[in-house]
Amino acid sequence: MPESHPNFEVPSQLEAEIDEVITHYPEKRSASLMVLHALQDHFGFLSKEAIEWAAQKLELQPINLYELVTFYPMFHEEPVGTYILKICRTLSCAVNGAHRLHHHVCERLGLDPNSHASQTTPDGRITVEYAECLASCGTAPVMMCNAAFYENVSNEKADDVIEECGNNGDTETENKEDV
Amino acid sequence: MAQEYRLILQHADEPGYTNDIECYLRHGGYEGLKKALALEPKTLEDGSVKSGPEQIRDEVRTSGVRGRGGAGFPAARKWGFINHNSGKPIYLICNADESEPGTFKDRQIIYKDPHQMLEGTIIACYANNVHLAYIYIRGEFHEGAEILNRAIREAKEKNFIGKNIQGSGYDLELYLHRGAGAYICGEETGLLESLEGKRPYPRIKPPYFPAAYGLYMCPTIVNNVETLCCLKHVMLMGGAEYAKLGTPNNTGTRIVCVSGTVKRPGYYEVEVGKVTIRELIHDFAGGLPEGRSLQAVIPGGSSAKVFRAGEKFQIKKKAGDGQETVEMDLEDLPYDFDTVVEAGSMSGSGAVMVLDDSVDMIEAIANIAEFYAHESCGQCTPCREGSLWLKKALQRLAHGRGRKEDADYILRIADNIPNGRTICAFGEATAWPVQSTVRKFREVFEARGAEDEARRARETEGAGGVGKEMDVAASSQP
Ligand SMILES: Cc1cc2nc3c(=O)[nH]c(=O)nc-3n(C[C@H](O)[C@H](O)[C@H](O)COP(=O)(O)O)c2cc1C
Ligand code: SF4
Ligand code: FES
Repeated sequence: MPESHPNFEVPSQLEAEIDEVITHYPEKRSASLMVLHALQDHFGFLSKEAIEWAAQKLELQPINLYELVTFYPMFHEEPVGTYILKICRTLSCAVNGAHRLHHHVCERLGLDPNSHASQTTPDGRITVEYAECLASCGTAPVMMCNAAFYENVSNEKADDVIEECGNNGDTETENKEDV
Repeated sequence: MAQEYRLILQHADEPGYTNDIECYLRHGGYEGLKKALALEPKTLEDGSVKSGPEQIRDEVRTSGVRGRGGAGFPAARKWGFINHNSGKPIYLICNADESEPGTFKDRQIIYKDPHQMLEGTIIACYANNVHLAYIYIRGEFHEGAEILNRAIREAKEKNFIGKNIQGSGYDLELYLHRGAGAYICGEETGLLESLEGKRPYPRIKPPYFPAAYGLYMCPTIVNNVETLCCLKHVMLMGGAEYAKLGTPNNTGTRIVCVSGTVKRPGYYEVEVGKVTIRELIHDFAGGLPEGRSLQAVIPGGSSAKVFRAGEKFQIKKKAGDGQETVEMDLEDLPYDFDTVVEAGSMSGSGAVMVLDDSVDMIEAIANIAEFYAHESCGQCTPCREGSLWLKKALQRLAHGRGRKEDADYILRIADNIPNGRTICAFGEATAWPVQSTVRKFREVFEARGAEDEARRARETEGAGGVGKEMDVAASSQP
């Protein structure tokens, strides 16, 4: 089950954004993914409270949204790192150094380079995971840091990205965006 | 030397070309749409009247444009299945999910020339009496979504979207919808479920062809980003002129993505069928790294059947009034829709993945199998279980724990996934690369299995030894 989020409250501006998005569809349920994106972009993950709030908004049962959160890889039921590094592992990246890159990033962050599961640094700052083809196979290997996208990633370039994650304030998540 | 022919990507990479509407308008943007909207109803000899939208559909039929998303189905024929008198609204969706491994062409259009994609979409909507349309973009294109949202806003401000577009009386609303990281959302019926706010479980066809029972069970058209962009050029050039590009039945231009072990991976727009696989690899993509030789080519995204270097094919060619069959080398195949199918694979999403002899084919196919095991939606037993078993068996073999009989074992699983046993074509996509690789590289699989068995036998005798270090196959030890 999703983690609980005490004192969950949706700020009025976010609610207004969500209300607007719902008007894009003839049926409210269609807005589910967009509403979940908006909530996750704001809160960082989709808590039990967020799912219940969205269900009420969309006149659905929480299960209708929970089953989306468990299916779609981009949604998180629990808090993840402030920064999520996604390294593409699919073929064109794999033959151009994706595993070398993953290994380097994990070692540098003190994570297990041989684990292919999603891992988060103990301070909760950075999550490293493999992703499937990110549609940029011509500039392999590629990776993402939250919404930002990086191509032809050498170990040095990865170090720079990690460096930036370290220097930015905790509150900046970079993944705020228009919905 | 083979040349690019840039039509869709004419401006995208020009210095100073930006993705805002002013720049697009300075480069003749939205002229195709204006031309479309200005078409007057035409009275035919038999007295019947052809509306503007019907004339556009005729032009698209004449142009011969085929879908660039994967199946290569003629756009006009797909549109022809729409019943315009059902009393239900007709919806159109631009498929911007771009998630077939090896494919990165729609990204170029979305990021660098979003208005071209909007113009094509709006033309298609007008031609098919659509008043509400969506762009379904993959969730990982964060910046792409921002760019498109801005482009939609700009197009609204200039009245290319909205009410009474350019005074024509035509209304259209267009919204962006974001996916959330699932490959199956690119399959058109999975996409529709996702757009309805559900898990993207594909629908069974028949009866759920989008043209009949699509979004909210209404007639729906799903077209790929690049397909829709072609329409702008069909409008501007006229269908007959457009059809002169490319080769018969394989008209126009196509953006081909070349990746893998080549010196200059990238996207190259070419006339369909005017360029061979050799030219794609050597002229455009700069050839293989020094000292390497070609081992395999995956010609249409990872779902396509794999070609082995040196393969020869019997290809039918027009000769005078009749046909003759010629033998062709893999590298001499013209890269089009029909020839690649005749050679037993497909050009799919236009993604050519090149593997040189430094790549371990077992690791490569294990990598692909892992993708499908991860992405199966799980509705159909042969696909859900089969994709997982294939991944496990291939990874075991890739990690040095194979058996002599693995080639047969893997084929037995793969052969039981496709051919109507599953709801959607993902089943074929899972099986095809594996079936073709194991059959075409059989001796590699058998030798590896035998080696592993022999090594294990030595180890039990106390000789010691370790499993192989992985490069490409990735992932957890099974
Ligand atoms: C498993 C699977 C994944 C697909 N992924 C995509 C995709 O990412 N983008 C796309 O345009 N078409 C994709 N397709 C093809 C669509 O189902 C559909 O045929 C296409 O969008 C139609 O557009 P077109 O006729 O313009 O090619 C996929 C098909 C399958 C079976
Ligand atoms: S074939 Fe696979 S992906 Fe397609 S519906 Fe069945 S289980 Fe889902
Ligand atoms: S394989 Fe990595 S982006 Fe496509």
